[in-house]
Amino acid sequence: MKIAVCLKQVPSTDTRIKIAADGKRIDPAGVTFVTNPYDEFALEEAIRIKEAKGGEVVVFSAGGSGTVAALRNALAVGADSAVLLKTDADLDGLGAARLLAAELGGKGFDLILCGKQAVDDDAAQVGPMLAELLDLPCATVVVKLELGDGAAKATREIEGGVESLELPLPAVIAAQKGLNEPRYASLKGIMAAKKKPVEERAVEAPAPLAEVVSLALPPARQAGKIVGEGAAAVPELVRLLREEAKVI
Amino acid sequence: MGILVFVEARDGQIRSTSLEAVSEARRLADAGSAGEVTAVVPGRGVQGADALGAYGADRAWTVDHELLARYQPESFVASVAAAAQKASPRALLFPASAMGRDLAPRVAAKLGAGLASDCTHLDWQGTALVATRPVYAGKAIQTVRLAGTPALASLRPRAFTATEHRAGAKAAVEPLAVTLDAGRARVRVTEIGASEGGRVDLTEAEVIVSGGRGLRGPEHFHLIEELAEALGGTVGASRAVVDAGWRPHAEQVGQTGKTVSPKLYVAIGISGAIQHLAGMSSARCIVAVNKDPEAPIFKIADYGIVGDAFEIVPALTEALKGLRVHS
Repeated sequence: MKIAVCLKQVPSTDTRIKIAADGKRIDPAGVTFVTNPYDEFALEEAIRIKEAKGGEVVVFSAGGSGTVAALRNALAVGADSAVLLKTDADLDGLGAARLLAAELGGKGFDLILCGKQAVDDDAAQVGPMLAELLDLPCATVVVKLELGDGAAKATREIEGGVESLELPLPAVIAAQKGLNEPRYASLKGIMAAKKKPVEERAVEAPAPLAEVVSLALPPARQAGKIVGEGAAAVPELVRLLREEAKVI
Repeated sequence: MGILVFVEARDGQIRSTSLEAVSEARRLADAGSAGEVTAVVPGRGVQGADALGAYGADRAWTVDHELLARYQPESFVASVAAAAQKASPRALLFPASAMGRDLAPRVAAKLGAGLASDCTHLDWQGTALVATRPVYAGKAIQTVRLAGTPALASLRPRAFTATEHRAGAKAAVEPLAVTLDAGRARVRVTEIGASEGGRVDLTEAEVIVSGGRGLRGPEHFHLIEELAEALGGTVGASRAVVDAGWRPHAEQVGQTGKTVSPKLYVAIGISGAIQHLAGMSSARCIVAVNKDPEAPIFKIADYGIVGDAFEIVPALTEALKGLRVHS
């Protein structure tokens, strides 16, 4: 099995967002950057498949030079090699998908795994776009994956339930939380990762078709009132919900 | 010219999120003098495409085929792309439903078009479509300008209102000729399983009752379920209780879970970590029950009760049941 994992480096989910002076980006000062949590499920799945069936796991990312940290972490967890498509440009979903498709096409990957979305821009575009550009079948929001002979069975979340899918390989799979429980890198893994190759290559980023023109904080919510303490406050809460908020 | 809308049906019925998208397409078409609104309705035996006229669709192009009976990415992409080629629209809208979120990026890649996902507001800047969309699960709001035509956008469920712009009007229904190839249809849905009780999904729910660590264990979540039942709502959960294995991930609200915008959100025993607050702070009304008067959840809640959830929640459930009996 030759498996590609696409990952992105993002601010950790406990980040308190501040807006940069340009009004388009976040202020990166004091922000901890981590591997996108959904991409960690993709990576874990790839490594489990390699452990069960043998093969090779290559991780890919498009981004600035700081992204090397996320790739090194993937190597420490068990990936074999990494490729950084280096660009400082702002990428939209299609831009990132085009860079990755140009890199991954024709390399004989049986499976391309990525997260269902990145927790920074929440766009959920790259997986299915990559599938379209490479003319591959794709399953998104996958919570269960079983590989058979040249085919996969996947379970994906939909509104109020799940869909069971069958698709031939090669395929693109976009991972959802619940697919597995990602491992942490061991000390041995971290040491081994230092000897694994990270290929860095500067790339020309396509101009974004979806261009960010501003980033702002959401309007602050006013703190409401403490209706009271304990069960004694319930009748008043019910009255407020009916008469003031008019939501019940 | 004009605006094209992908309309989703499940089991032959058009879904409400698609009515929201058609209504918004009409509003945008009128605001930007963009011309007519066309709905493309792939499916098998879909009923009521003409009724999209009431929401502002001038015409509905149906693609009726066995391969479209359930969601099948390649066949849906081919149908929507064919409609886009025929209509040459200025904008192409999708509901950001499970289906729309899978389909829209593929269509965008096929057309080489820009896509703004999960938008909460759309407008024109000259002839360019400008989209407002929450990012970082709602911790920030991004404005995106889409270059080129068509401009693609998917619309967050419940962020737009289904409006009968033209009550009683009928859309002109015409079949759209699309050649679909079974050999190209590689992804096959073998089964659709409903979650327990067939409840409304969190992203589409009007009322959500969520539980957290304050419930002390999965065995006490029946309190949350009973309150949700009394309110006609859907059960949600904090990341802490999902990670502890008390509740399934599909119920998680917040970053790495679902971002929700219900009319009423009731948080029980949830202190309000930043990841959770991000995912639910666009709810219209927030109620919090927590032991700790300093819990961050009270800073964004409209109404709070300080105290023991085990005492307050059953009392609230009973009071609401009583209300239903009386009204």
